[in-house]
Amino acid sequence: MKDYLPQATGRWRYLTVWLVFVVVSTVLVARAFELHVLNKKFLQTQGDARSLRTLPLTAHRGMITDRHGEPLAVSTPVDSVWANPAQFDPNKKQLQELAKLLETTPRAIQELIAARADKEFVYLKRHDTPETAQRVSALQIPGVSLLREYRRYYPDGEVFAHVIGMTNVDDNGQEGIELSYDSWLRGTNGAQTVMKDRLGQIIKDVDIKKQPRPGKDLVLSLDRRLQYLAYRELKSAVLANKAKSGSAVILDVDSGEVLAMVNQPALNPNNRDDYSSARSRNRAVTDLFEPGSTVKPFTIVAALESGQFKPNTVIDTEPGYYQVGRLTVRDVHDYGRLDLGGIIQKSSNVGASKLSLAIPPQLLLQVHQRVGFGVSTGSGFPGEVAGEMVAARYTHPIERATLSYGYGLSVTTLQLARAYSILAADGVRRPVSFLLQPTAVAGEAVLDKKITQQVRYMMESVVAEGGTAIKASIPGYLVAGKTGTVKKLGPEGYSDDKYVAVFAGMAPAQQPRLVMAIAIHEPSGKAYYGGQVAAPVFARVMAGALRLLDVPPDEIPKGKAQLAYLAERP
Amino acid sequence: MIFKRVIPEYAEENRLSTGRRVLLLLHLDFTLITSLLLLAVVGLIVLYSASDQNMELLAKQSLRLLLGFVVMFLVAQLTPETIKYWSPWLFVIGFIMLVLVLVVGDVGKGAQRWLSLGVLSFQPSELMKIALPMLIAWYFADTVLPPSFMRVIGACLLFAVPTYVVALQPDLGTAMVLAASGTFVLFLAGLRWRTIIIGILLLIPTLWIMWHYGMHDYQRKRVITFLNPETDPLGAGYHIIQSTIAIGSGGIYGKGWLEGTQSHLDFLPERRTDFIFAVFSEEFGFLGTLLLLLLYAVIIGRGIVIATQAQSTYTRLLAGSIILTFFVYVFINIGMVSGLLPVVGIPLPLISFGGTSLVTIMASFGILMSIATHRKLVST
Repeated sequence: MKDYLPQATGRWRYLTVWLVFVVVSTVLVARAFELHVLNKKFLQTQGDARSLRTLPLTAHRGMITDRHGEPLAVSTPVDSVWANPAQFDPNKKQLQELAKLLETTPRAIQELIAARADKEFVYLKRHDTPETAQRVSALQIPGVSLLREYRRYYPDGEVFAHVIGMTNVDDNGQEGIELSYDSWLRGTNGAQTVMKDRLGQIIKDVDIKKQPRPGKDLVLSLDRRLQYLAYRELKSAVLANKAKSGSAVILDVDSGEVLAMVNQPALNPNNRDDYSSARSRNRAVTDLFEPGSTVKPFTIVAALESGQFKPNTVIDTEPGYYQVGRLTVRDVHDYGRLDLGGIIQKSSNVGASKLSLAIPPQLLLQVHQRVGFGVSTGSGFPGEVAGEMVAARYTHPIERATLSYGYGLSVTTLQLARAYSILAADGVRRPVSFLLQPTAVAGEAVLDKKITQQVRYMMESVVAEGGTAIKASIPGYLVAGKTGTVKKLGPEGYSDDKYVAVFAGMAPAQQPRLVMAIAIHEPSGKAYYGGQVAAPVFARVMAGALRLLDVPPDEIPKGKAQLAYLAERP
Repeated sequence: MIFKRVIPEYAEENRLSTGRRVLLLLHLDFTLITSLLLLAVVGLIVLYSASDQNMELLAKQSLRLLLGFVVMFLVAQLTPETIKYWSPWLFVIGFIMLVLVLVVGDVGKGAQRWLSLGVLSFQPSELMKIALPMLIAWYFADTVLPPSFMRVIGACLLFAVPTYVVALQPDLGTAMVLAASGTFVLFLAGLRWRTIIIGILLLIPTLWIMWHYGMHDYQRKRVITFLNPETDPLGAGYHIIQSTIAIGSGGIYGKGWLEGTQSHLDFLPERRTDFIFAVFSEEFGFLGTLLLLLLYAVIIGRGIVIATQAQSTYTRLLAGSIILTFFVYVFINIGMVSGLLPVVGIPLPLISFGGTSLVTIMASFGILMSIATHRKLVST
């Protein structure tokens, strides 16, 4: 028993031990309570802050279609590869594999990461194919993730390039319709919560905080078939005549809708490396030229409006030139005595000048303004220009003379087409639209109906035997139109070898459905007249367009054929 | 034959069920063995989750546990007299190896702790964890208690030297455990309160000297970080911040087994070893933590009871030291993981993945069982 401690001492020792045991246990339980219960919310938030991340859910852009619903611009899903530089930590083999998949070098990747070392996000590659992206993901490199994005795809490539425009790599509209209707087309990105581990790998999708809202679709007024036709013919004409550029516009007379709008040169909007302003510009609305003889119908309109002239009034254009102050107005030939229709048919500068100088000074200018020269068409197309009326009031005789045959003002191809559409619509002016108009478009009468009919009749002769644009004629249809062969204005005055070949016309002439304007700049082949270069484009495109739109012929064939034709009609 | 010796001499043993009697004959303590087995099962369950369901790791740990229980069982068969007899020799062997490890030991994680014996490698400091309290208990065993001042000084020297050698490795955690286990024997041997107070007063300047001359940079950093973990949230403070977040985000009921996010997403460092308690807490919540703490409390409580009922000075001092050291293990580990104490490399007994310390702990439980069961069998 001597082994035992004195009882009192022993008891105290063990009492102390028990006491310490109880106190310490209580402390541990209290601490557990504090963490689990009292600080739970804070600590859970902190935990979530470490593991949960909010990522954008990219919404795709609305589709652009033609008037019949054919897709012109669609968004396709692509995956972008990005890295968090702070977590980027591949081994040697992974880095090499990654570089191979991204078609770059390990060194380039490391430099990219090093340059953004203080950031949390750097794209390694934008818009990779989903297949490649999946292979990148399979490498399981710490800090490398994928981001779903959408890339714009333009099925028709360069045919619609100028009108549709394009988006940039971030899917924002940059040009054309993509730009002007960007807010309509653009979607609203959503947000999702994902769980990530310490290395930044997504472990699982936790929940979608906000559903992405895709952009709205947009239906254009353009007709893909007409667009193709116009594109093909314009391109071949530009090539055949070795021209520098060209543009063509088809308008629907009854609605003011743009049915086709093409330009040369063009670019493929699917390939952003291909970009250049020269090829991406929608020249039909951005490039100005002096319209030349194509404005003569409006000179006739002004002459008729003045009441001083009738369609059969005869003007003497002898001897083929006419002195106005120090300016000598010249015709190509001496056409002798011409009525108003003859002035248009032969495109007599002398005749037009004489009319212009005879009527009140402001009248021709007023007609021009009413048909939209010098005023924006209001189409809202990005970069559209209004054109210019060069002289302030056109009071000087020289100015009045040159204005009558289309110098001293500048227009776009669209403006020219639009002015002709007013002639075609019996003097009613309608807004120009790139969007499909579901209902009839109200217009404003700006020209006298009878006068426009008379002028259209005169313009039919242009496309007939003896006119300047026989090449614009279409079998089965009456065509009204006017050519223009304009000397280009360079830095040193008017050029003697640079021309713009223009043709504007409509069909069927009696009750026009379509108007088309074509401008081909600087043809350098043998031909350069509007009637030789531009008019054939009109004939080919319009013939196809009228057939596609099922427009009944109005030039009724004679004899048997006519009877057969009539018999078919209900 | 042994049966007969049990029954007539101890009336209480007559009331024991057959099962308990068998346990007694196997020298196993019912409360301890049940709690230890439960703890081992809990440990495997948590490890399965912490290791991301790595069966290989689980098999390894199971094998270690098995080895631990076998060692415990074998040690329990030794009589306290045998253990007492071997105490000084075990210490001498342990001390020699400890010195050896300083000279030829393998370096791991910036410290020289491992001694390679062919295929087996182990830490001599682990052996010292048992051998030291055995030696001090042996040193006081046949003396008059409370001890004389000279004996206290002698005992202090006996545990200060190996503690210092371990601290040289450097292994601050184990050194602390060694110092604690020695101190416990001293305390239980009847150190005068006066001496204790003087000791505590002496401790303060000692700590000051330790801080400035005796500690490694990383150790100082740990203490600073512990005092204010936010100063270095990405470096040394990371451990504590991440583990408290993991524990707290478990809430009352926990996120469920295998459902812990902080631990599984790699945010929690050392989640299989020293910080495994955080994994447990995140997945099983406050209630689970309470149950785990209860399990440890039962073991510790039973240990203290065994110590108080021990019949010789040697067994009483040794049992007390062993169970208090175990208590320190649990407290320091949980305290560290839950941000109450600085980060020191001490595993959570029976739960943390790891070999040597597990075997040491099981061997010491073997000693406890030997003390508990032989008391009832050995005639006075």
